[in-house]
Amino acid sequence: MDSRVRNTKVMNRFDLTSRLIAKLDDEAVIGGIGNTNFDLWAAGHRPQNFYMLGSMGLALPIGLGVALAQPDRRVFALEGDGSLLMQLGALTTIAALKPKNLVMIVFDNGIYQITGAQPTPAAGVADLVAIATGAGLANSVWAADEEDFERLVAQSLDATEPTLIAVRTDDQPGVGTTRRDPVQIRERFMHGLGVRQPL
Amino acid sequence: MAIVEQPTPPQTSHDKAPTERSWHAIVLQTLKRNDINLIPYVPDRVLTPLIRSLHADPFFTTFATAREEEAVGVLAGAWMAGRRGALLMQTSGFATLANVLASLAVPYQIPLIMFVSERGTLGEFNYGQALVCRTMRPVLDSLALEHHTITRLDELEFIADRSIKQAVTTQAPVALILNPLLTGGKVFDK
Repeated sequence: MDSRVRNTKVMNRFDLTSRLIAKLDDEAVIGGIGNTNFDLWAAGHRPQNFYMLGSMGLALPIGLGVALAQPDRRVFALEGDGSLLMQLGALTTIAALKPKNLVMIVFDNGIYQITGAQPTPAAGVADLVAIATGAGLANSVWAADEEDFERLVAQSLDATEPTLIAVRTDDQPGVGTTRRDPVQIRERFMHGLGVRQPL
Repeated sequence: MAIVEQPTPPQTSHDKAPTERSWHAIVLQTLKRNDINLIPYVPDRVLTPLIRSLHADPFFTTFATAREEEAVGVLAGAWMAGRRGALLMQTSGFATLANVLASLAVPYQIPLIMFVSERGTLGEFNYGQALVCRTMRPVLDSLALEHHTITRLDELEFIADRSIKQAVTTQAPVALILNPLLTGGKVFDK
């Protein structure tokens, strides 16, 4: 495995998500299925957040769609390693379209934590940043620690190409539980993006 | 007794008069009229003239995705952020979508507009395509999704235009199935 991975600190998903949200203003955030959006919810709901309740692997494609529709808004798509593995082809689509306002954050704990902590097929074998780079996303990096993560997030806010930040995380479950109301989630998100006004 | 006028036989792409618009020109114009400009697709031989003309028209952002469900994610995100799109695929591609329809498009009320080039019927030469085609309408019906099978050139514009407007206003997905009677389909060559 890549030496950068071995030298990367194991961090906590909720802590990193909270650090990310603290830096944001009106940027859109897409939370992938399971713990990823549970921690996004627990970090404090904001109207620019979208929470996935299924469709595993589609946080990056949904983020891409938002980024293509609103090129002047930064879009953060948060995804787990297991989810990313379900839709690796999406990395090439994003690399081909090059939306500079899309930032992908990949939480890599090497396990399907929510289903019983089974290891993913990539655990200990694959380097997700090397995969992303190979898919054509040159601006893909491992965050070494929390400080480095915050620096990379700040940098991504005015990046000129899509950014992928991967972080190694521990085996802790999500902190909160998203309210499972898909229509309200979608409607609030559309309000948050200025597409609609409340009735 | 008055002479009853003979009904016009269905027109297909190979017997249409040269002055008539092609099925793909009608689809393109209908998309444009409804301000649908984001077109992810997974390619299909029959859809090729449509895909080519979409790529050639700068009104549209037309691009291939690696999988059909990825395109559904893109269109859901784009819709929520204020941009309309449509997905082009073939029958076997639709067969990969049950999970994303049931867990994203339907429960979140996304007006997902799908054009499906129908393989597996009217001269299919690949048994696998014929089998997968039989799963398409049961999946659509099981989710109570609106779908139309378009066989006639003279009905295409009406069905496509009305279905797109219905999808948007009712916030519900729609599948428009382009039958070989409309497109000519794909026939055995080698």
